[in-house]
Amino acid sequence: MNKSTAAMTSPEQGRTFYRTMVLRRQLILLALLGALFLSFCVDLALGPARYELTEVLSALLAPGSVSEQISVIVWQIRMPVALMAIVVGASLSIAGAQMQTILSNPLASPFTLGISAGAGFGAALALAFGVSIVPFAVGYIVPINAFLVAMLTALMIHLLSMRRGVTIETIVLLGIAMVFIFNALMALIQFFASQQALSAVVFWTMGSLTKATWPKVWVSLTVLVIAIPLLARHGWALTAMRLGDAKAESMGVRPRRLRLQVLMLVSLLASVSVAFVGTIGFIGLVGPHIARMLVGEDQRFFLPASALCGALILSVGSVISKMLIPGTVIPIGIITSLVGIPFFLFLVLNQKKSTW
Amino acid sequence: MVSLTLEQVTAHYGKREVLSSITTPTLSGGQVVALLGPNAAGKSTLFRRILGLLAGGGQVRIAGTNAERPVAYMPQETRIDAVLSVYESVLLARMQGRRLKVQPEDLAQVDAALDELNIQTLAQRDIGDLSGGQRQLVSAAQALVQSPDILLLDEPTSALDLHRQIGLLSVLRRLAEQRQMLIIVALHDLGHALRFADQAIVLAGGALKACGPTRAVVTAELLREVYQVEGRIETCSRGSPMLVVETAL
Repeated sequence: MNKSTAAMTSPEQGRTFYRTMVLRRQLILLALLGALFLSFCVDLALGPARYELTEVLSALLAPGSVSEQISVIVWQIRMPVALMAIVVGASLSIAGAQMQTILSNPLASPFTLGISAGAGFGAALALAFGVSIVPFAVGYIVPINAFLVAMLTALMIHLLSMRRGVTIETIVLLGIAMVFIFNALMALIQFFASQQALSAVVFWTMGSLTKATWPKVWVSLTVLVIAIPLLARHGWALTAMRLGDAKAESMGVRPRRLRLQVLMLVSLLASVSVAFVGTIGFIGLVGPHIARMLVGEDQRFFLPASALCGALILSVGSVISKMLIPGTVIPIGIITSLVGIPFFLFLVLNQKKSTW
Repeated sequence: MVSLTLEQVTAHYGKREVLSSITTPTLSGGQVVALLGPNAAGKSTLFRRILGLLAGGGQVRIAGTNAERPVAYMPQETRIDAVLSVYESVLLARMQGRRLKVQPEDLAQVDAALDELNIQTLAQRDIGDLSGGQRQLVSAAQALVQSPDILLLDEPTSALDLHRQIGLLSVLRRLAEQRQMLIIVALHDLGHALRFADQAIVLAGGALKACGPTRAVVTAELLREVYQVEGRIETCSRGSPMLVVETAL
C-alpha cells in the first residue's frame, strides 16, 4: 500500500515493542511470585498461637531444634493451610480465567456455571443427612459428595453443550439455571436439617481453609500440576478464542472441541478445590480480571498471572482472616468477599482502559 | 504452483442445502479470483467449505503445495474486545499449531505482514480500540502472516475507505503475482472485480451462476439476472472496463 500517506515505522520498532512488552510481563510475573512468597511466609508466621518469627523459622528449617508443639503447629496446621490457600487460589483463578476465555463472558466462573453450587449441595447432603454418594467413602463423604455433584454438574453442561445449535450464551444460561436449582435444593436441605447440621452446612458454605490437611493439599496440587501444562499446550488456541469463534476457526482452531475439553479440565480443577475448602467465592471471577489488567490476554502470560493473582488473593486473605480478630480465624470466604470486592471495584473503576 | 479445483461441492446446515453442486475449472496460483454474488448467495459458506469447516459432498482438490496449512482465511469483520495489541494478534495467527516459544523468524513474518499492509503504526494499539477499517487491515495481516499458498478473503474491503480499498486490492494483486498465491476475494463492488480480478465466480442462492475470466462473466445480463439491476459495462478512455449502473429492477 502507499506508504507515503502514513507515518513510517521500521520493522525493528515492532520487534522492539514486542520484546519490551514480553520483558515487562515477565517482570510482573516475577513481582507477583515475590509477593506470593512474602504472603506465604507471613501466613506461616501468624496464627492464634503466638510464636516469635525466629521460632517459626527454626521449625521450618530445623524441626528438631524446636519443641514438638511448635513443630506440629507449623508443619501440621499452618503449612497445609498456607499451601492450600495458594493451590486453591491458583486453581479457582485458572478455572475462572479459562471459563471466561472459552465462553467469552467476563462473568463466567465456577460459580456462574453452577459447579460450586453443585459442590455445596453435595456437601450439604453429607453434612445434614449423612448421605454418601459413594458407599465406601467413610471419613471423606463431605469432599467426595461435593466433588461428585460438582463434576456431575460439569458433565451435564458438557453433554447439553454438545447438542446441535447450543451457543455460548446457552451454556452460560444452563450454568445459571444449575445455580438456581442447587440453591433451591440447598434451601430444602436446610429447611429439614437439624439445628446442629444446619450450622455445619452454613459453615461449609462460607468456605474455610482450616479444613486443609496434607492429603488434601497433595490431591489439589496434583490436579493443578497436571492441568497447567495441559492448558498451556493450548495457549495459542485459547488466546485465539478471544477473537471470536469465526476468527479462531480461520486460524485453524476448532473452538467447539477446545471449549468442551477445557470446560471439563477446569471443572475438575474447581471441583477439587471447592470440595476441600467449601465455596470460596470471588477468586474465580476477580483473579483473572486483575491478571488481564496486568498482562493482557496472551495465555503465555495470562495463565500464570491468573494462577499467581488467585493464589496471592487467597494467601493474603488467609493472613487477614487471622489478623482481624486476634485469636479467631474468620472463614476465608467472608474475607475474600468483604476485603477483596472493594479492592477490585477500586481497580476496575480506576483503570485507564477497558479490559472487557 | 498451487491449484484449487471444486468438483460438485455441496454443503448443508442441518437438512438445509446451502451450496448445491459447485464445480469450477482449476484455479491456479498467481491469480486473483473474485467471488461475487448478492447477499446470502453462499460466498462465506463456500469459503468455509473450502477450509473444511463445513461438511458436505463433492471434492475440494488442492494440489501443488507441501504446506501443512496451505489455505488461510480472513472472515468477515467482527467486533473484538480482547486485551491484545495488534502485534500480538497478528503473531497469534502465525503461531497457531506451533510451539509456545516465539522464534525471530516469526517476529520477522509479523513485521513483514504489517509492513506489507502499511499498518506498522498500529502495532502497539489495542485491537479493541481500532476502527472497523483498521480491524479489517489487521485481519488481512493475520491471514497473510500464515504464509499461505491460497488466501481466501471474505469482503475485505467492506469497511475501508476508497483509498485503502484500492491499496489493499493492489497489494493482493501484487502478492498473487510475486508469491504465485491463489487469492480468492469475496467482493460486492463489481468495478473492483473488473479492475483487479483475473477470474470471477458468481454464486446466487447457493448455486454457481458463472465462472470464468472476469470480463466475460461480469456482463449486463449478469447484472440483470443475479443482481436485479439495469446496467452496462463500458470501456473508458484508457481502455479499462467501467461499470455503469442505471436502476434497480
